Amino acid sequence: MIEKFEEWYRNRHEYQTDWKQRNPDKKMVGFFCTYTPEEIFYAFDILPVRVLGSHEIQDVTEPHIFAMFCPYCRDVLAQGLKGKYEYLDGITIGASCIHLRQAYFSWDIHRNPGWSHYLPMPGHVQSPRAIPFLKGEYELLIKKLEEWTGKTITDADLKRGISIMNDARRAMKKIYELRKQDAPPITGVESMYMTCAQFFTDAREFTPVAERVYDELQTRKLDRPVGKRLMLVGSENDDLEFIHMVETLAEREPVGATIVMEEHCTTTRYFWDEVDTSIEDPLEAIAERYVLRTPCPSKDWPRRSRLDRILQFGKDWNVDGAIVVQQKFCDPHEADIPFVRKHLESNGIPTYFLEFDVTTAVGPFAIRVEAFLETLEAEEDLF
Amino acid sequence: MAKYPTEPLKCWSKAKELREKFYREFSEAHEKGGLRWMGSAWAHDAIPQGLGRDVKCITGEPYGASCAFDRPLSAEFLAATENYGFARDLCSYMRNYWGSILVNKYALGGEFPKADFAFSQHICCSHAKWYQNACELEGGDVPLFAIDVGAGPYPPFAPKLYEHRVKYVQEQLLDAIDWLEKVTNRTYDDELFLECVWNDVRSTHTWAKICMLNRAVPAPLDEKSIYSLYVFGTLQKSHPEFADFYEELYDEVTDRVQRGIAACPTEQARVMSDTQPPWGFLRIYRYLESWGAVSIGSLYTFGLEGMWLYDDERDEFEPRPMPAEKPKTREEGCMLLADWHLSKPEYQHFYHPEYKTRMMAAMAKHWGVNGIILHYNRGCEGLSVGIAENRLGLLKRGFKVMTYEGNMGDEREFDEKATETRIDIFLEALGLQKPE
Repeated sequence: MIEKFEEWYRNRHEYQTDWKQRNPDKKMVGFFCTYTPEEIFYAFDILPVRVLGSHEIQDVTEPHIFAMFCPYCRDVLAQGLKGKYEYLDGITIGASCIHLRQAYFSWDIHRNPGWSHYLPMPGHVQSPRAIPFLKGEYELLIKKLEEWTGKTITDADLKRGISIMNDARRAMKKIYELRKQDAPPITGVESMYMTCAQFFTDAREFTPVAERVYDELQTRKLDRPVGKRLMLVGSENDDLEFIHMVETLAEREPVGATIVMEEHCTTTRYFWDEVDTSIEDPLEAIAERYVLRTPCPSKDWPRRSRLDRILQFGKDWNVDGAIVVQQKFCDPHEADIPFVRKHLESNGIPTYFLEFDVTTAVGPFAIRVEAFLETLEAEEDLF
Repeated sequence: MAKYPTEPLKCWSKAKELREKFYREFSEAHEKGGLRWMGSAWAHDAIPQGLGRDVKCITGEPYGASCAFDRPLSAEFLAATENYGFARDLCSYMRNYWGSILVNKYALGGEFPKADFAFSQHICCSHAKWYQNACELEGGDVPLFAIDVGAGPYPPFAPKLYEHRVKYVQEQLLDAIDWLEKVTNRTYDDELFLECVWNDVRSTHTWAKICMLNRAVPAPLDEKSIYSLYVFGTLQKSHPEFADFYEELYDEVTDRVQRGIAACPTEQARVMSDTQPPWGFLRIYRYLESWGAVSIGSLYTFGLEGMWLYDDERDEFEPRPMPAEKPKTREEGCMLLADWHLSKPEYQHFYHPEYKTRMMAAMAKHWGVNGIILHYNRGCEGLSVGIAENRLGLLKRGFKVMTYEGNMGDEREFDEKATETRIDIFLEALGLQKPE
């Protein structure tokens, strides 16, 4: 069953086109950042799907986004400009970094499918004023969705949306717990296929599969050495080629590794936190969830609250080291990286830094990761 | 060949003195028993000023620009920042600022004066992070409060002014006052605060009025000079002397217009620019003038601190009128500051490049611009967001547009000769002839 995630990842457009055919009366909205409240879209019976890049070289974004902005945002825009999402009914973004906003803006100007919405998401998430503000923005979003769909929604619809998303989050978290094992029954690549598949599919179809995979993983034994246990920390990162390279190093070299945990917006920053269903007002509960979730570094101030969670992940998943990955030109992460590395290293977790572009430099990165793994071996020898 | 009479600005030396005094007062504040704070040029600086007249500030962007102007010093600061582990594509003002702390050198002389607290605003990804890291680099014991102003576009770019958006900013400002009392152990002076709020409104309104005068032909001000004048809004817009200075400047520029005094006596064509210039190479503006092209300003110099309103129906861009009444209470003062600054022209493009394109097109039309020069500024992601779409939008509207790539605060990313060549080609296309 676990292969289903890879199938969904690789065939996202086929899945989504098929979903449209199976649900001819329903709409599909592409979202650009994990600050989009999917719960509200599900409440309207709209399918939210995340737009990720394709990691392919492209030449269509240069007139639209100045080259100093991150390769990821340009890759995302390329998907729109190349017409890969012509089946979408709308697009939206919950404001995060200004890089990704540009992909959304250019898409809005040149490929607007007929409905678009920019959602101001508070930057000062540590302020008590953030939740009421966001709730106000959600009310505007709901009004606009009501006008678009001709439907009105109730608290019960919102609670249904919350339940759909919380179920998916819980299913993934259960699987992540299994990665704590000495010999994790799921690799980093497989985990990444899973979390990305959730972006691309209807959560109501994803969750039952994830639950079955969880059951299967109870007895699954992988015929591969675990090697060093690594954590990935950083910006958007669905660079599966890189993870695959790391996890197959042992086939070619005397060192090897398994990615057992990540702290980035393709996985845990996206799904780790659930909506608190004990809060009576569902809209407030959703707003609270997005304000209190582990923040993108652009919103993580005045206190750098991410550090505690990163360290806790490192300890709980018993990692030997962390690879700090960054999309080239990603300012929010660039401002945090020296402090993330310092925090982890001062707490006994060695780090290694890599800068990513649209395509993965597998060869050079293999040498660098191998060298990092060797330093981890050396420490073991010494002590 | 001179077409128009010209003369230096009478208040030029006063501007220099005021600027030097501002930086000196920051470094000497502790000696006089006062407090020092650091923050963004867009910070609502009237807020900390309610703590007392002996509270002095440094704003990171103009300070970063001053560092960049001194290229060898800037190189030292940038290297220190990179050695610490920061990426070299981060905001170059910010890297110059952090480098100053790391090298412990104040660009105006002496050691870098450590701030007692940081107070900023946040709209681009770097604003609050700048001071979060500066606080850490200054020893980790400097407290920070930042106001998120990313509350959405202002009318006419939003269908209406939504109450919860202004309230979000107002309430953060009120929280900031409570926080300031706590971290400084001082009692807040509401009367002084309200005076500063009014100074803020006065200076940002008057600056816009001054820029309106540049619609005249010949332009009474050129953009290279404007850089030395707009800066007061970025240093401390609530400063009484700066608000007064702008009123004095307004009178002088009005007089220049009435007498037909040109900034560039050979003015034949008018261009406008966009985003911060490469500060170490301001001579490119004199190069433009050698061709008879005067840069009359930009949405950046006009609207970074100047307060304007875009009128959708008339496609007009005019100074936002002064509020009818002065605020009387702390709550009213914070509400006025929140609302006033949310309408800032340079905030609007964070929500869509089309908003900026519309304002730029209106500017080009009403200021009689022949060509537009866009600086693809690698040093500032915040003001170059959407700039490529601005180019496309302006071209679509029939404007002639040139771009060049550079960096406002990192000389390694600016090619002066290549830029001059691009300028040559562009000005020729505008019908000008290369000077002998």
